[in-house]
Amino acid sequence: MVKFGVVVFPGSNCDKDCLWAAGDVMGQKADFIWHESKDINKYDVIILPGGFSYGDYLRSGAIARFSKVMESVQKFAVKKNKLVIGICNGFQILLEAGLLPGAMLHNKNLKFICKYINMRVENNSTPFTGACGKNQVIKIPIAHGEGNYFCDEKTLNSLIENDQVVFRYCDEKGSVTDDANPNGALYNIAGIMNKKGNVMGLMPHPERAMKKELGSTDGNFIFDSIVSHVKKYL
Amino acid sequence: MAKVRIHVTFKDGVLDPQGKTVAAALDKMGYKNVDSVRIGKYIEIETKGAGKMGEKEVDEICDKLLANPNTEKYSFTIE
Repeated sequence: MVKFGVVVFPGSNCDKDCLWAAGDVMGQKADFIWHESKDINKYDVIILPGGFSYGDYLRSGAIARFSKVMESVQKFAVKKNKLVIGICNGFQILLEAGLLPGAMLHNKNLKFICKYINMRVENNSTPFTGACGKNQVIKIPIAHGEGNYFCDEKTLNSLIENDQVVFRYCDEKGSVTDDANPNGALYNIAGIMNKKGNVMGLMPHPERAMKKELGSTDGNFIFDSIVSHVKKYL
Repeated sequence: MAKVRIHVTFKDGVLDPQGKTVAAALDKMGYKNVDSVRIGKYIEIETKGAGKMGEKEVDEICDKLLANPNTEKYSFTIE
């Protein structure tokens, strides 16, 4: 069984959803990890969930990234090359921690946006998207006030060149347009990964799209991808 | 006690939607001389007892935590 660890920061509020998605829906082993814990090596995958860690004070993720568990997450990702996925606030924490390049700005329209969006799978040969088709459009909800991805031109070019852009906001048919961009994110970026491909951050919430009753089951593509990837190495 | 006054602002070229919204409001209010508004943060740090902070230490605090080098720049004074 794949062992998921879901980090709980003060102010996390999607931790239970992630535990449910990985544990109940996927049928894998999933535990909470308190932010003061250090020993996370028994896990195969670490999830940094959404929410408002430390009240989003100063900048989203800026304080959380100095919590004890994040030192271990750094080693887990950089030295052990294990999988780390940051969702929404978790993505913001990965950016603040420097595990992914760039930063988040307030949404262009200054509003907190909570709705379903479509995103196109730009790279389906990653541990997080192996179960997706190339250019597949998946429907998953977003819920954030600061998801306007920003980086300098050089960083964007290197993200594109190295196939690190994993998801881009698009319309239902898969066209990447300004109208389909909910928050003003540069290059319609919804999710990126690091160069090695073992750390990914995305703003949309796959854990909220795991059952038909929730409006979409497309979140399963991401969780399925992770589980099959890890099982190959177990 | 020393006091450090820090300003954190967006780098030039980084979109500041709050500033834009405030600029539009000022324009609507009739302040036609306003060209643009940029909004930043002001942070005050007081040191313990007779403790003082050097520029190097304040730089370090700003680089590590108070400003995000991807989008923000900072300036400060130490009294």
